[in-house]
Amino acid sequence: TCLSEGKGYHFPPCHIVNICGFRVLIDCPLDLSALAVFSPLPTVISNLFDEKTSNDGGQCSSNSESVRQEVAESFDSKSLIQAEPWYKTVKSLQLWSVHSLDVVLISSPTGMLGLPFLTRNKDFRAKIYATEAASRLGELLMEDLVSMHMEFRQFYGPEEFGCPQWMAWEKLELLPMALKDIVLGSEGTELCGWMSIYSAADIKGCMEKVQSVKYAEEACYNGSLTIKALSSGLEIGACNWNILSPRGSISYLSGSVFASTTATGFDYKALKGSDILLYSDFTDCNDVDSEKNNFPLATGGCSYSSDIGSCSETIIESWIDSSEYTREMETVSSICSCALETISDGGSVLIAIGRPGVMLQLLEDMSLSLDSSNLKVPIYLVSSVAEELLAFSNIIPECLSSQRQERFYSKPGPLFTHVQLSNEKKLLVSPAIHSSKFLTSWQEPCIVFCPHWSLRLGPVVHLLQRWCQDPNSLLLMEEGYDINLAFLPFKPMSMKYGLCSFISGMKLRKVIPLLKILQPKHVLVPESLRPHISCCNPNFSVCYFSENETVIMPKLKSYADMDIAMDSDSKEKEEQYIAKLKGELLVEQGKHRLVLENKLVLSLQVKGRVDLDSLLTALQKMGMKVTAEHAQSTDGPENVSIVYISEPKEALIEITPTRTMISVADETTSSLVSEAVRSTLVCF
Amino acid sequence: MPIDCLVLGAGQEVGKSCVVVTINGKRIMFDCGMHMGYMDHNKYPDFSRISKTRDFNKELSCIIITHFHQDHIGALPYFTEVCGYNGPIYMTYPTKALAPLMLEDNRNVMLGRGEKEQFTSEQIMECMKKVIAVDLKQTVLVDNDLQIRAYYAGHVLGAAMFYAKVGDAAMVYTGDYNMTADRHLGAAQIDRLQLDLVITESTYATTTRDSKYVREREFLKAVHNCVASGGKVLIPAFALGRAQEICMLLDDYWERMNLNVPIYLSAGLTIQANMYYKVFINWTSQKVKNSSTTRNAFDFKNVRSFDRSMINAPGPCVLFATPGMLTGGFSLEVFKQWAPCEQNLIALPGYCVAGTVGRKLMSAKTPAIINVDKNTQIDVRCQIHRLSFSAHTDDKGIMDLVRFLSPKHVILVHGEKTNMAKLKEKIESDLGILCFYPANNESVPIPSTLYIKADVSKSFLKSSLSPNFKFLKTISRADADERAKSSVQVYDDRVAEGALIMQKNPKFVHQNELMVSLGAENHEVLVAYCCPVCVSDELKDVAPSPGENMPPVLDKRSLVHLLYTKLSNDFQDVTIQNDGDHLQIKSFTVSPCLKEMCPHRIQVNPDCTSKAVNFCCTWSMEDEKLAWGVVSIMKDLELKTG
Repeated sequence: TCLSEGKGYHFPPCHIVNICGFRVLIDCPLDLSALAVFSPLPTVISNLFDEKTSNDGGQCSSNSESVRQEVAESFDSKSLIQAEPWYKTVKSLQLWSVHSLDVVLISSPTGMLGLPFLTRNKDFRAKIYATEAASRLGELLMEDLVSMHMEFRQFYGPEEFGCPQWMAWEKLELLPMALKDIVLGSEGTELCGWMSIYSAADIKGCMEKVQSVKYAEEACYNGSLTIKALSSGLEIGACNWNILSPRGSISYLSGSVFASTTATGFDYKALKGSDILLYSDFTDCNDVDSEKNNFPLATGGCSYSSDIGSCSETIIESWIDSSEYTREMETVSSICSCALETISDGGSVLIAIGRPGVMLQLLEDMSLSLDSSNLKVPIYLVSSVAEELLAFSNIIPECLSSQRQERFYSKPGPLFTHVQLSNEKKLLVSPAIHSSKFLTSWQEPCIVFCPHWSLRLGPVVHLLQRWCQDPNSLLLMEEGYDINLAFLPFKPMSMKYGLCSFISGMKLRKVIPLLKILQPKHVLVPESLRPHISCCNPNFSVCYFSENETVIMPKLKSYADMDIAMDSDSKEKEEQYIAKLKGELLVEQGKHRLVLENKLVLSLQVKGRVDLDSLLTALQKMGMKVTAEHAQSTDGPENVSIVYISEPKEALIEITPTRTMISVADETTSSLVSEAVRSTLVCF
Repeated sequence: MPIDCLVLGAGQEVGKSCVVVTINGKRIMFDCGMHMGYMDHNKYPDFSRISKTRDFNKELSCIIITHFHQDHIGALPYFTEVCGYNGPIYMTYPTKALAPLMLEDNRNVMLGRGEKEQFTSEQIMECMKKVIAVDLKQTVLVDNDLQIRAYYAGHVLGAAMFYAKVGDAAMVYTGDYNMTADRHLGAAQIDRLQLDLVITESTYATTTRDSKYVREREFLKAVHNCVASGGKVLIPAFALGRAQEICMLLDDYWERMNLNVPIYLSAGLTIQANMYYKVFINWTSQKVKNSSTTRNAFDFKNVRSFDRSMINAPGPCVLFATPGMLTGGFSLEVFKQWAPCEQNLIALPGYCVAGTVGRKLMSAKTPAIINVDKNTQIDVRCQIHRLSFSAHTDDKGIMDLVRFLSPKHVILVHGEKTNMAKLKEKIESDLGILCFYPANNESVPIPSTLYIKADVSKSFLKSSLSPNFKFLKTISRADADERAKSSVQVYDDRVAEGALIMQKNPKFVHQNELMVSLGAENHEVLVAYCCPVCVSDELKDVAPSPGENMPPVLDKRSLVHLLYTKLSNDFQDVTIQNDGDHLQIKSFTVSPCLKEMCPHRIQVNPDCTSKAVNFCCTWSMEDEKLAWGVVSIMKDLELKTG
């Protein structure tokens, strides 16, 4: 079942997969772009009162339907919800009972932001798997989110009991259309997905339940599922999953990047040959839609929707060192040059980019280009978890790209140069904007990296309020969100802004060749890709899935695999047709293994019929006196043949099609007779 | 044979570890070390034994290096660059990062000893480019059949045990490992695996080390005494591993005792090494990792770097110098200067390979004359402290690991012959596992498990996975008058029984499914015999014959019960089921026969009939022996009450 298609990098898709009776949840994200409906904290208190009064006035006037629609077209900053924000989770996940989940797989740091909502539930008993780096980065992101949220809490006071006011229907009705869409979803059902923030203790509790794995480590759930995380290249710690069950294997392909600048590349070779491939890279599906309304980005800045497509896609190996890496590097370098321009014009640069990997790369390149152009401008990194993030980034050589690793091996030094930068005081790291150290060292122009990319939380709000009137300054943020809505509270904006797009998944034209390489038996692709996939004639079966719809895959195998342990010295090469075995059955690593107790054929069963004539000759050969007669059976309509043996001892054989009964009084005769019977039958 | 193990180095010795294992046609070289005690061609493993034609690329599937010590990696650049091996080489991330440093250091030492250069620095770098780094527990598919995986081994930073599997045959090569966690590294960890072979080191095959704390205290006391009396302490150690461990110990002690005698690290290598430790903090012990959020454990407070000019500076100090074992280089130089002075102390941590100056010192009693090389003799007067700080496991650790993995075979390498022999005895007698300790250039063939891959039917799995309770009902009737006491015995007898059908795709089915899946009909072959059993007269009185008022069933039951008690005396090794009407032993069933004319009653003994009760017995052919055994007893039996 696909629960949500997600929105690009920051809101990855979410699935529930049922394998062998185990329910596996893949990713549990938060839709942080929905935060846009909330108003950021005003810096000046008096402002607030003004806004509040005018806001009330606005609401009163917009009582009638017609008025409201007009408002919807031209809503302003006052129509944003003035309240402590809640967070939008995947709505349909609420419909699943928490205790029915067995396994949770996290494929990227952003994919675990919603996890504390699940784990704080008492009934939660699933095992969570995530890569070491993803879980650490995810933890940092969550901590950052909570600490940024604290600002709101301090402002609005302790949490109200029950539903906040803004959630009341009458208030919701008053919201402008655009906001209502976000709050309620297009079908008006998504209100139940909103949750108030979790606490730091929830995060801690959540992290305790996470079992961290390394890339390509085989983790075993319950003896029967073997779960393997494979690098996806999207972000440090991001991964695709490969689940091996006794009844076949399934691969989960999340947004993947063949060669990333910071994280390890896409390990697609390991996904080869699985039975089912769940293709869940929605990057291009969204792109396809957005191409239609590709609104031009007018206001200064720079748009980086460059199309680099001159690569030979047929040769896959060339992908690895080709377009994506260079494109990413180009994006980064053009960001740097834009920033430099701004700096030399005397403005400051505010970078609100939420991807740790990209941020680390930018940090490094930015300082290099500053050096090369001889500009002495401080770089600030403001985040409650900045220090931890930087420290962590320097102890994970295993999760970084091959280029970076190569550099590390050939020229020993820290993995990222930010260690030197902060030693040389070029980079200043501060947990908050109001710390005294930060305020004393503050100088403009400068470059500031700070969260949060939604422009609603954290230090970015304060800085934006400071600079939004300054035409010289530059705001850099990611592409793909409703810019109008995001900038709403800061209007009128005279600040320049730049939208940068970073790769967050595969290009469509690479998908089909990739699928051909991976050679899965069945592929599950999103419905929106149907026109693109169906035009090529693949040699695997393709199913399409859409949101909130369960796709049932055909049974892969009616038989499960089993290994039967045999000592090699007992390799009697008789072509034994059938052997009866007895032993202990173990389930290990998704495989059944039978450990034999004895190698011997246990019991004999006989098939076929007794041929009366050959039996008689066999008995006669043994020196017996026999007479045969046909008779009607005493207890059935079956034909019965009776053989009397009079010498050397008396015996009687009663033969029916399914049964032979030997009545005999002494051992030797009995064994002789059974021998004779056996010889005329197929025994095993 | 599926597994063939050729020991090229470290067979019955320590040094130049190199084992080539052939598993189901794939050849893997584990470690490629050089011997520190030799200067001639004996220093390298005899690679010509791998391939006569020296076409190593064809012969070897891959090389696996467990850690960066010279006796495990020293010959690698020689093998790749001089011998021309181009295939994949696997090692862990820290090993890959640290190996070039160690190789370079060693190259300089060798040049310093005036040996012929075997490979250049560029060749070291070239060699390292061929290395593929792996993470712990990462399952790497070398090719379609060969799969390898690294496990944490302790010992030094980045040391790993390697698991290799080809087809059904699997093995573990431990490299050097440590089963107890020390100050900066954790203990070795491995999963429980199905293994045919474990190749383990056996450096301390017969030594059980006492508590670490006692050793540490003694060492600290010796160092403290020495510096208190103004002496200099020289600790020759590998730049990585022991140096950090002892550094941490001393730094801690200095802090506690408020000492300010300088601790020096010989410049260059060790400082760089510390940087690596900071990056690879995830590979150290949990304790160090946890404390790293506040202060990196490898930022030592009292440690400074050392300059050559300070060798003869007055005043006490502690100096860590490379290389360990005093094989040459800076540590030997310092040794020459400091050894003649009685105040000084030389602390030798860890193992010293035979033939090195370190080894000579270990067995020497001061004052002594020691030959450093052909024309230098040193009058050693200083104190010598032997430190058993080695990061090798002791015999208990080896036994624990072998017991834990319980492989089918064990091969010992990296140890001394006499000790290995003792350990072999112990493993074979205590654990019942076949054990070998081949010498260099010997090879050991090992049989491996074969698996038949089969498809399993659902009903078979169900029947063997779900608890298979057997209810054995025993009705005990001690006396006819007493109320029947019945007891139920419950067994969970989860033995999987099924039939294997060998065909193109082997299939494994449940017994009951067999006929269906074969499309054949069952034909039952039964043997029957109606056996007369004498009944004593007194019983006759109690149990009236049929036709009287007493219900015949009761009569039957009491007879069955009598037979049951009789038979259970004689057949104590088999279970006899008694369900009142008949007894069952395997397929053998017996019940009183009340028919006048039973078809199975063949011989009629006229004398006996009056006193006898007939028991009808049937059984299937496979239980023939048992059946006739029971029948013969029944024939001689006389049923009596009590």
